[in-house]
Amino acid sequence: MTEDEFAAYQSLSEETEDHRWAFGTGFTDPLEGIDASVPDGVDAAALTAYCLALGDDALIYSHRLQQWMTRMPELEEETALANIALDLLGQARMLLARAGQAEGRGRREDDLAFFRDEHEFRSVRLAEHTDADFAQLAGRLLVFSAWRLALFGRLAASADPVLAAIAAKGANELAYHRDYAAQWVIRLGDGTPLSHDKMAAALGVIWPLADELFRADPVAARLPGVAADPAELRAEVDAVLDAVLGAATLDRPQGAPLARVAGKAGRDGVHTEPFGYLLAELQSVARAHPDATW
Amino acid sequence: MVTAAGLAAARAVAAAVPDPELPMVTVADLGILRDVATEGERLVVTITPTYSGCPALREIAHDLRRRLAASGFDEVDVRTALAPAWSSDWITADGRRKLSAAGIAPPHAAPARSGPVPLTLTLTLTRREPVACPRCGSADTTRTAAFGATACKALFRCESCREPFEHVKAI
Repeated sequence: MTEDEFAAYQSLSEETEDHRWAFGTGFTDPLEGIDASVPDGVDAAALTAYCLALGDDALIYSHRLQQWMTRMPELEEETALANIALDLLGQARMLLARAGQAEGRGRREDDLAFFRDEHEFRSVRLAEHTDADFAQLAGRLLVFSAWRLALFGRLAASADPVLAAIAAKGANELAYHRDYAAQWVIRLGDGTPLSHDKMAAALGVIWPLADELFRADPVAARLPGVAADPAELRAEVDAVLDAVLGAATLDRPQGAPLARVAGKAGRDGVHTEPFGYLLAELQSVARAHPDATW
Repeated sequence: MVTAAGLAAARAVAAAVPDPELPMVTVADLGILRDVATEGERLVVTITPTYSGCPALREIAHDLRRRLAASGFDEVDVRTALAPAWSSDWITADGRRKLSAAGIAPPHAAPARSGPVPLTLTLTLTRREPVACPRCGSADTTRTAAFGATACKALFRCESCREPFEHVKAI
Protein backbone atom coordinates (compact mmCIF):
# COMPACT_ATOMS: atom_id res chain seq x y z
CA MET A 1 0.00 0.00 0.00
CA THR A 2 1.14 3.53 -0.64
CA GLU A 3 1.54 6.02 2.17
CA ASP A 4 -1.73 7.68 1.27
CA GLU A 5 -3.60 4.39 1.40
CA PHE A 6 -2.35 3.87 4.94
CA ALA A 7 -3.41 7.39 5.76
CA ALA A 8 -7.02 6.48 5.06
CA TYR A 9 -6.92 4.09 8.02
CA GLN A 10 -4.73 6.14 10.30
CA SER A 11 -7.62 7.68 12.18
CA LEU A 12 -8.76 4.20 13.24
CA SER A 13 -5.86 3.84 15.63
CA GLU A 14 -6.08 7.28 17.17
CA GLU A 15 -7.25 7.85 20.73
CA THR A 16 -10.20 10.22 20.64
CA GLU A 17 -13.12 11.13 22.81
CA ASP A 18 -15.17 9.28 20.23
CA HIS A 19 -15.56 5.71 21.53
CA ARG A 20 -15.98 3.76 18.38
CA TRP A 21 -17.38 0.32 17.76
CA ALA A 22 -19.30 0.35 21.04
CA PHE A 23 -23.04 0.80 21.32
CA GLY A 24 -24.43 3.55 23.40
CA THR A 25 -21.77 6.20 23.22
CA GLY A 26 -19.94 8.15 20.65
CA PHE A 27 -21.69 6.93 17.55
CA THR A 28 -22.31 9.85 15.31
CA ASP A 29 -25.95 10.62 14.76
CA PRO A 30 -26.68 9.31 11.25
CA LEU A 31 -28.78 12.44 10.68
CA GLU A 32 -26.10 14.86 11.94
CA GLY A 33 -26.47 18.29 10.40
CA ILE A 34 -29.89 17.59 8.89
CA ASP A 35 -32.77 19.90 9.80
CA ALA A 36 -34.59 17.94 12.52
CA SER A 37 -37.78 19.99 12.62
CA VAL A 38 -41.16 18.37 11.99
CA PRO A 39 -43.02 20.19 9.17
CA ASP A 40 -46.02 22.32 10.16
CA GLY A 41 -49.26 20.42 10.19
CA VAL A 42 -47.60 17.01 10.62
CA ASP A 43 -48.69 15.00 13.68
CA ALA A 44 -45.32 14.57 15.46
CA ALA A 45 -46.51 11.66 17.63
CA ALA A 46 -47.77 9.80 14.56
CA LEU A 47 -44.55 10.54 12.66
CA THR A 48 -42.59 9.13 15.62
CA ALA A 49 -44.64 5.94 15.62
CA TYR A 50 -44.45 5.61 11.84
CA CYS A 51 -40.65 6.01 11.62
CA LEU A 52 -40.26 3.66 14.58
CA ALA A 53 -42.28 0.93 12.85
CA LEU A 54 -40.34 1.25 9.58
CA GLY A 55 -37.06 1.36 11.51
CA ASP A 56 -38.05 -1.70 13.54
CA ASP A 57 -38.85 -3.65 10.34
CA ALA A 58 -35.32 -3.01 9.09
CA LEU A 59 -33.58 -3.56 12.45
CA ILE A 60 -35.27 -6.88 13.14
CA TYR A 61 -34.94 -8.12 9.57
CA SER A 62 -31.27 -7.14 9.51
CA HIS A 63 -30.66 -9.10 12.71
CA ARG A 64 -32.28 -12.21 11.24
CA LEU A 65 -29.98 -11.93 8.21
CA GLN A 66 -26.95 -11.44 10.46
CA GLN A 67 -27.80 -14.74 12.15
CA TRP A 68 -27.14 -16.45 8.80
CA MET A 69 -23.55 -15.25 8.75
CA THR A 70 -21.09 -18.20 8.60
CA ARG A 71 -23.97 -20.51 7.58
CA MET A 72 -24.30 -19.75 3.87
CA PRO A 73 -23.59 -22.48 1.32
CA GLU A 74 -21.23 -20.21 -0.63
CA LEU A 75 -19.05 -17.26 0.21
CA GLU A 76 -20.79 -15.14 -2.45
CA GLU A 77 -24.17 -15.57 -0.75
CA GLU A 78 -22.65 -14.84 2.63
CA THR A 79 -21.32 -11.57 1.22
CA ALA A 80 -24.68 -10.80 -0.36
CA LEU A 81 -26.60 -11.28 2.88
CA ALA A 82 -24.05 -9.29 4.87
CA ASN A 83 -24.45 -6.42 2.41
CA ILE A 84 -28.24 -6.57 2.53
CA ALA A 85 -28.19 -6.73 6.33
CA LEU A 86 -25.88 -3.71 6.39
CA ASP A 87 -28.13 -1.70 4.06
CA LEU A 88 -31.14 -2.48 6.27
CA LEU A 89 -29.20 -1.63 9.42
CA GLY A 90 -28.31 1.71 7.88
CA GLN A 91 -31.98 2.34 7.06
CA ALA A 92 -32.91 1.34 10.62
CA ARG A 93 -30.39 3.73 12.16
CA MET A 94 -31.70 6.68 10.19
CA LEU A 95 -35.36 5.85 10.79
CA LEU A 96 -34.88 5.33 14.52
CA ALA A 97 -32.91 8.57 14.69
CA ARG A 98 -35.76 10.33 12.87
CA ALA A 99 -38.26 8.81 15.30
CA GLY A 100 -36.19 10.15 18.18
CA GLN A 101 -36.13 13.62 16.62
CA ALA A 102 -39.88 13.67 16.02
CA GLU A 103 -40.53 12.40 19.55
CA GLY A 104 -38.49 15.26 21.01
CA ARG A 105 -37.65 13.51 24.28
CA GLY A 106 -33.96 13.13 23.56
CA ARG A 107 -34.06 9.41 22.81
CA ARG A 108 -31.40 8.38 20.30
CA GLU A 109 -31.19 5.42 17.95
CA ASP A 110 -29.40 3.29 20.56
CA ASP A 111 -32.01 4.01 23.24
CA LEU A 112 -34.69 2.90 20.83
CA ALA A 113 -32.86 -0.19 19.58
CA PHE A 114 -31.52 -1.54 22.86
CA PHE A 115 -33.78 -0.29 25.63
CA ARG A 116 -37.31 -0.97 24.47
CA ASP A 117 -39.20 -4.14 25.35
CA GLU A 118 -40.88 -6.57 22.99
CA HIS A 119 -44.34 -4.98 23.12
CA GLU A 120 -42.83 -1.61 22.15
CA PHE A 121 -41.43 -2.95 18.86
CA ARG A 122 -43.75 -2.26 15.95
CA SER A 123 -42.15 -4.40 13.23
CA VAL A 124 -44.33 -6.63 11.06
CA ARG A 125 -44.18 -10.32 11.98
CA LEU A 126 -42.64 -11.12 8.59
CA ALA A 127 -39.46 -9.37 9.77
CA GLU A 128 -38.95 -11.64 12.79
CA HIS A 129 -39.61 -14.97 11.03
CA THR A 130 -36.82 -17.53 11.46
CA ASP A 131 -35.88 -18.88 8.04
CA ALA A 132 -35.70 -22.66 8.33
CA ASP A 133 -33.73 -23.03 5.11
CA PHE A 134 -32.31 -21.07 2.17
CA ALA A 135 -35.57 -21.32 0.23
CA GLN A 136 -37.45 -19.56 3.04
CA LEU A 137 -34.69 -16.99 3.21
CA ALA A 138 -35.02 -16.24 -0.53
CA GLY A 139 -38.84 -16.25 -0.52
CA ARG A 140 -39.10 -14.05 2.56
CA LEU A 141 -36.54 -11.59 1.22
CA LEU A 142 -38.48 -11.38 -2.05
CA VAL A 143 -41.77 -10.56 -0.30
CA PHE A 144 -40.16 -8.15 2.17
CA SER A 145 -38.04 -6.24 -0.34
CA ALA A 146 -40.81 -6.04 -2.99
CA TRP A 147 -43.17 -4.61 -0.35
CA ARG A 148 -40.63 -2.24 1.18
CA LEU A 149 -39.53 -1.02 -2.26
CA ALA A 150 -43.14 -0.24 -3.24
CA LEU A 151 -43.55 1.58 0.09
CA PHE A 152 -40.30 3.55 -0.14
CA GLY A 153 -41.07 4.48 -3.75
CA ARG A 154 -44.11 6.32 -2.43
CA LEU A 155 -42.42 7.69 0.69
CA ALA A 156 -39.76 9.33 -1.49
CA ALA A 157 -42.46 11.98 -2.08
CA SER A 158 -43.37 12.24 1.62
CA ALA A 159 -44.19 15.66 3.06
CA ASP A 160 -41.59 14.95 5.75
CA PRO A 161 -38.34 15.79 3.94
CA VAL A 162 -36.19 13.59 6.20
CA LEU A 163 -38.39 10.54 5.72
CA ALA A 164 -38.50 11.29 1.98
CA ALA A 165 -34.70 11.41 1.77
CA ILE A 166 -34.26 8.17 3.76
CA ALA A 167 -36.82 6.44 1.53
CA ALA A 168 -35.36 7.70 -1.75
CA LYS A 169 -31.95 6.45 -0.72
CA GLY A 170 -33.25 3.14 0.60
CA ALA A 171 -35.30 2.47 -2.53
CA ASN A 172 -32.10 2.17 -4.62
CA GLU A 173 -30.82 -0.46 -2.21
CA LEU A 174 -34.12 -2.34 -1.96
CA ALA A 175 -34.38 -2.63 -5.75
CA TYR A 176 -31.08 -4.49 -5.68
CA HIS A 177 -32.18 -6.73 -2.78
CA ARG A 178 -35.42 -7.56 -4.55
CA ASP A 179 -33.65 -8.54 -7.76
CA TYR A 180 -31.21 -10.73 -5.81
CA ALA A 181 -34.05 -12.53 -4.01
CA ALA A 182 -36.13 -12.86 -7.20
CA GLN A 183 -33.23 -14.47 -9.04
CA TRP A 184 -32.81 -17.08 -6.31
CA VAL A 185 -36.55 -17.83 -6.18
CA ILE A 186 -36.48 -18.37 -9.94
CA ARG A 187 -33.31 -20.46 -9.85
CA LEU A 188 -34.73 -22.72 -7.15
CA GLY A 189 -38.31 -22.81 -8.45
CA ASP A 190 -37.26 -23.47 -12.03
CA GLY A 191 -34.44 -25.77 -10.96
CA THR A 192 -34.51 -29.44 -10.05
CA PRO A 193 -37.69 -31.18 -8.84
CA LEU A 194 -36.23 -31.13 -5.32
CA SER A 195 -35.39 -27.41 -5.37
CA HIS A 196 -38.80 -26.67 -6.91
CA ASP A 197 -40.59 -28.52 -4.11
CA LYS A 198 -38.49 -26.87 -1.42
CA MET A 199 -39.16 -23.42 -2.87
CA ALA A 200 -42.89 -24.12 -3.12
CA ALA A 201 -42.95 -25.35 0.48
CA ALA A 202 -41.03 -22.27 1.62
CA LEU A 203 -43.50 -19.90 -0.02
CA GLY A 204 -46.29 -21.79 1.70
CA VAL A 205 -44.68 -20.90 5.02
CA ILE A 206 -43.94 -17.26 4.14
CA TRP A 207 -47.23 -16.34 2.45
CA PRO A 208 -49.42 -16.25 5.59
CA LEU A 209 -47.12 -13.51 6.94
CA ALA A 210 -47.67 -11.25 3.92
CA ASP A 211 -51.26 -10.19 4.60
CA GLU A 212 -50.19 -8.08 7.55
CA LEU A 213 -48.12 -5.86 5.24
CA PHE A 214 -51.23 -4.48 3.55
CA ARG A 215 -53.53 -4.06 6.55
CA ALA A 216 -54.97 -0.64 7.32
CA ASP A 217 -52.60 1.26 9.60
CA PRO A 218 -54.15 3.82 11.98
CA VAL A 219 -50.78 5.54 12.34
CA ALA A 220 -50.44 6.03 8.57
CA ALA A 221 -54.02 7.31 8.48
CA ARG A 222 -52.99 10.16 10.79
CA LEU A 223 -50.22 11.21 8.39
CA PRO A 224 -51.84 12.30 5.10
CA GLY A 225 -49.18 13.24 2.54
CA VAL A 226 -46.46 11.89 4.83
CA ALA A 227 -47.19 8.16 5.04
CA ALA A 228 -48.42 5.66 2.46
CA ASP A 229 -51.67 3.71 2.75
CA PRO A 230 -50.57 0.05 3.05
CA ALA A 231 -53.57 -1.14 1.02
CA GLU A 232 -52.37 0.94 -1.94
CA LEU A 233 -49.18 -1.12 -2.19
CA ARG A 234 -50.86 -4.46 -2.81
CA ALA A 235 -51.35 -4.18 -6.59
CA GLU A 236 -47.74 -3.21 -7.26
CA VAL A 237 -46.35 -5.93 -4.97
CA ASP A 238 -48.70 -8.56 -6.39
CA ALA A 239 -47.59 -7.75 -9.93
CA VAL A 240 -43.95 -8.22 -8.96
CA LEU A 241 -44.58 -11.44 -7.05
CA ASP A 242 -46.70 -12.86 -9.87
CA ALA A 243 -43.97 -12.09 -12.42
CA VAL A 244 -41.37 -13.86 -10.28
CA LEU A 245 -43.59 -16.84 -9.50
CA GLY A 246 -44.43 -17.19 -13.19
CA ALA A 247 -40.76 -17.26 -14.20
CA ALA A 248 -40.09 -19.68 -11.33
CA THR A 249 -42.88 -22.06 -12.43
CA LEU A 250 -44.41 -21.74 -8.98
CA ASP A 251 -48.05 -21.32 -8.02
CA ARG A 252 -49.23 -18.56 -5.77
CA PRO A 253 -49.71 -20.18 -2.34
CA GLN A 254 -53.25 -20.38 -1.06
CA GLY A 255 -52.90 -20.10 2.69
CA ALA A 256 -54.92 -18.24 5.28
CA PRO A 257 -53.15 -15.21 6.80
CA LEU A 258 -51.37 -15.83 10.09
CA ALA A 259 -53.94 -15.32 12.84
CA ARG A 260 -53.91 -12.09 14.80
CA VAL A 261 -53.93 -12.23 18.60
CA ALA A 262 -57.06 -10.55 19.94
CA GLY A 263 -57.07 -8.58 16.69
CA LYS A 264 -53.48 -7.48 17.11
CA ALA A 265 -50.22 -8.17 15.25
CA GLY A 266 -46.71 -6.76 14.78
CA ARG A 267 -47.70 -3.14 14.23
CA ASP A 268 -49.56 -3.30 17.58
CA GLY A 269 -46.52 -4.71 19.38
CA VAL A 270 -47.80 -8.29 19.39
CA HIS A 271 -45.14 -10.68 18.09
CA THR A 272 -44.55 -14.39 17.63
CA GLU A 273 -42.68 -16.42 20.22
CA PRO A 274 -39.23 -16.32 18.52
CA PHE A 275 -39.21 -12.51 18.78
CA GLY A 276 -38.23 -12.59 22.46
CA TYR A 277 -35.18 -14.75 21.77
CA LEU A 278 -34.14 -12.48 18.91
CA LEU A 279 -34.47 -9.40 21.10
CA ALA A 280 -32.51 -11.03 23.93
CA GLU A 281 -29.62 -11.68 21.58
CA LEU A 282 -29.83 -8.18 20.11
CA GLN A 283 -30.05 -6.33 23.44
CA SER A 284 -28.40 -8.42 26.16
CA VAL A 285 -24.89 -6.93 25.93
CA ALA A 286 -26.17 -3.36 25.83
CA ARG A 287 -28.41 -4.01 28.83
CA ALA A 288 -25.75 -5.81 30.87
CA HIS A 289 -23.28 -2.98 30.35
CA PRO A 290 -25.39 0.11 29.65
CA ASP A 291 -22.51 2.58 29.99
CA ALA A 292 -19.80 0.46 28.47
CA THR A 293 -17.26 1.83 26.02
CA TRP A 294 -14.13 0.21 24.70
CA MET B 1 -12.88 34.73 9.62
CA VAL B 2 -12.17 32.25 6.85
CA THR B 3 -10.83 34.15 3.85
CA ALA B 4 -11.57 33.25 0.24
CA ALA B 5 -8.04 31.89 -0.09
CA GLY B 6 -8.55 29.95 3.15
CA LEU B 7 -11.78 28.46 1.86
CA ALA B 8 -10.06 27.42 -1.37
CA ALA B 9 -7.30 25.80 0.68
CA ALA B 10 -9.88 24.01 2.85
CA ARG B 11 -11.64 22.76 -0.27
CA ALA B 12 -8.38 21.35 -1.59
CA VAL B 13 -7.66 19.59 1.72
CA ALA B 14 -11.18 18.14 1.93
CA ALA B 15 -11.19 17.06 -1.71
CA ALA B 16 -7.93 15.14 -1.22
CA VAL B 17 -9.29 12.91 1.57
CA PRO B 18 -9.10 9.30 0.35
CA ASP B 19 -12.06 6.97 0.61
CA PRO B 20 -11.30 4.39 3.33
CA GLU B 21 -12.65 1.49 1.28
CA LEU B 22 -11.42 2.66 -2.13
CA PRO B 23 -8.23 4.49 -1.15
CA MET B 24 -7.15 4.98 -4.74
CA VAL B 25 -9.90 7.58 -5.15
CA THR B 26 -10.81 10.62 -3.07
CA VAL B 27 -14.13 11.61 -1.56
CA ALA B 28 -14.35 14.30 -4.24
CA ASP B 29 -13.73 11.74 -7.01
CA LEU B 30 -16.62 9.63 -5.66
CA GLY B 31 -19.05 12.51 -5.28
CA ILE B 32 -19.28 11.92 -1.51
CA LEU B 33 -18.00 15.44 -0.78
CA ARG B 34 -20.95 17.71 -1.53
CA ASP B 35 -19.88 21.13 -0.26
CA VAL B 36 -17.27 23.09 1.65
CA ALA B 37 -18.52 26.45 2.90
CA THR B 38 -18.17 28.90 5.76
CA GLU B 39 -20.64 29.94 8.42
CA GLY B 40 -19.06 32.82 10.33
CA GLU B 41 -15.89 31.46 11.90
CA ARG B 42 -16.76 27.87 11.17
CA LEU B 43 -16.01 25.70 8.21
CA VAL B 44 -18.95 23.51 7.18
CA VAL B 45 -18.18 20.38 5.18
CA THR B 46 -21.14 18.43 3.77
CA ILE B 47 -20.83 14.78 2.81
CA THR B 48 -23.36 12.17 1.66
CA PRO B 49 -23.37 8.40 2.26
CA THR B 50 -23.10 6.13 -0.77
CA TYR B 51 -25.28 3.44 0.88
CA SER B 52 -27.48 3.81 3.98
CA GLY B 53 -25.29 1.57 6.11
CA CYS B 54 -21.92 2.54 4.68
CA PRO B 55 -19.53 2.41 7.66
CA ALA B 56 -16.95 4.47 5.78
CA LEU B 57 -18.88 7.70 6.31
CA ARG B 58 -17.88 8.19 9.93
CA GLU B 59 -14.24 7.42 9.10
CA ILE B 60 -14.41 9.98 6.31
CA ALA B 61 -15.87 12.56 8.70
CA HIS B 62 -13.11 11.83 11.21
CA ASP B 63 -10.41 12.01 8.56
CA LEU B 64 -11.82 15.30 7.25
CA ARG B 65 -11.66 16.85 10.72
CA ARG B 66 -8.15 15.53 11.33
CA ARG B 67 -6.72 16.76 8.02
CA LEU B 68 -8.46 20.12 8.20
CA ALA B 69 -7.21 20.60 11.78
CA ALA B 70 -3.67 19.81 10.58
CA SER B 71 -4.11 22.57 7.99
CA GLY B 72 -5.18 25.08 10.62
CA PHE B 73 -8.97 24.75 10.45
CA ASP B 74 -9.99 24.07 14.02
CA GLU B 75 -13.68 24.87 13.91
CA VAL B 76 -15.13 22.38 11.47
CA ASP B 77 -18.67 20.99 11.25
CA VAL B 78 -19.09 17.87 9.16
CA ARG B 79 -22.71 17.51 8.11
CA THR B 80 -24.59 14.75 6.35
CA ALA B 81 -26.84 15.40 3.36
CA LEU B 82 -29.24 12.61 2.40
CA ALA B 83 -31.02 14.25 -0.50
CA PRO B 84 -30.54 13.91 -3.34
CA ALA B 85 -29.47 10.29 -2.80
CA TRP B 86 -25.92 9.51 -3.92
CA SER B 87 -25.64 8.13 -7.42
CA SER B 88 -22.69 6.34 -8.98
CA ASP B 89 -23.15 8.84 -11.83
CA TRP B 90 -21.47 11.37 -9.52
CA ILE B 91 -18.13 9.58 -9.77
CA THR B 92 -15.94 11.95 -11.77
CA ALA B 93 -14.12 11.08 -15.00
CA ASP B 94 -10.88 11.26 -13.06
CA GLY B 95 -12.32 8.95 -10.40
CA ARG B 96 -13.35 6.44 -13.05
CA ARG B 97 -9.89 6.49 -14.57
CA LYS B 98 -8.29 5.87 -11.17
CA LEU B 99 -10.68 3.02 -10.37
CA SER B 100 -9.97 1.40 -13.70
CA ALA B 101 -6.21 1.78 -13.23
CA ALA B 102 -6.57 0.00 -9.87
CA GLY B 103 -8.38 -2.93 -11.49
CA ILE B 104 -11.91 -1.92 -10.49
CA ALA B 105 -14.36 -1.53 -13.37
CA PRO B 106 -16.24 1.77 -13.05
CA PRO B 107 -20.07 1.83 -13.17
CA HIS B 108 -22.33 2.31 -16.16
CA ALA B 109 -24.94 5.08 -16.11
CA ALA B 110 -27.34 4.52 -13.23
CA PRO B 111 -30.87 3.31 -14.09
CA ALA B 112 -33.42 6.12 -14.30
CA ARG B 113 -35.58 6.32 -11.20
CA SER B 114 -39.16 7.31 -11.80
CA GLY B 115 -42.27 5.33 -10.90
CA PRO B 116 -42.14 1.65 -9.96
CA VAL B 117 -38.70 0.11 -10.38
CA PRO B 118 -38.80 -2.55 -13.12
CA LEU B 119 -37.95 -6.06 -12.00
CA THR B 120 -34.77 -7.62 -13.35
CA LEU B 121 -35.31 -11.35 -13.73
CA THR B 122 -32.18 -12.19 -15.65
CA LEU B 123 -30.09 -14.74 -13.84
CA THR B 124 -26.96 -13.65 -12.07
CA LEU B 125 -24.68 -14.97 -14.77
CA THR B 126 -26.41 -13.03 -17.54
CA ARG B 127 -25.25 -9.45 -17.70
CA ARG B 128 -27.40 -6.59 -18.85
CA GLU B 129 -24.64 -4.35 -20.13
CA PRO B 130 -21.13 -5.64 -20.76
CA VAL B 131 -18.64 -4.63 -18.10
CA ALA B 132 -15.22 -4.40 -19.70
CA CYS B 133 -12.33 -6.11 -17.95
CA PRO B 134 -10.16 -3.37 -16.41
CA ARG B 135 -7.03 -5.45 -17.04
CA CYS B 136 -7.31 -6.62 -20.65
CA GLY B 137 -10.27 -4.59 -21.89
CA SER B 138 -12.29 -7.61 -23.05
CA ALA B 139 -16.07 -7.25 -22.96
CA ASP B 140 -16.40 -11.01 -22.47
CA THR B 141 -16.93 -10.93 -18.72
CA THR B 142 -19.27 -12.68 -16.27
CA ARG B 143 -20.76 -11.42 -13.05
CA THR B 144 -19.87 -14.00 -10.40
CA ALA B 145 -21.62 -12.30 -7.46
CA ALA B 146 -24.12 -9.48 -7.16
CA PHE B 147 -22.42 -8.18 -4.01
CA GLY B 148 -18.79 -7.69 -3.09
CA ALA B 149 -16.51 -6.87 -0.19
CA THR B 150 -18.10 -3.43 0.20
CA ALA B 151 -21.64 -2.19 -0.31
CA CYS B 152 -20.75 -0.42 -3.55
CA LYS B 153 -19.21 -3.31 -5.48
CA ALA B 154 -20.06 -6.56 -7.31
CA LEU B 155 -17.69 -9.35 -8.41
CA PHE B 156 -16.86 -10.21 -12.02
CA ARG B 157 -14.55 -12.55 -13.90
CA CYS B 158 -12.98 -11.91 -17.29
CA GLU B 159 -13.49 -14.84 -19.68
CA SER B 160 -10.57 -13.71 -21.86
CA CYS B 161 -7.75 -13.24 -19.36
CA ARG B 162 -9.56 -15.26 -16.64
CA GLU B 163 -8.82 -12.67 -13.97
CA PRO B 164 -11.46 -11.85 -11.35
CA PHE B 165 -12.18 -8.15 -10.77
CA GLU B 166 -14.50 -5.83 -8.88
CA HIS B 167 -17.10 -3.55 -10.43
CA VAL B 168 -18.69 -0.49 -8.83
CA LYS B 169 -22.45 -1.04 -9.03
CA ALA B 170 -24.52 1.51 -10.91
CA ILE B 171 -27.14 3.03 -8.61
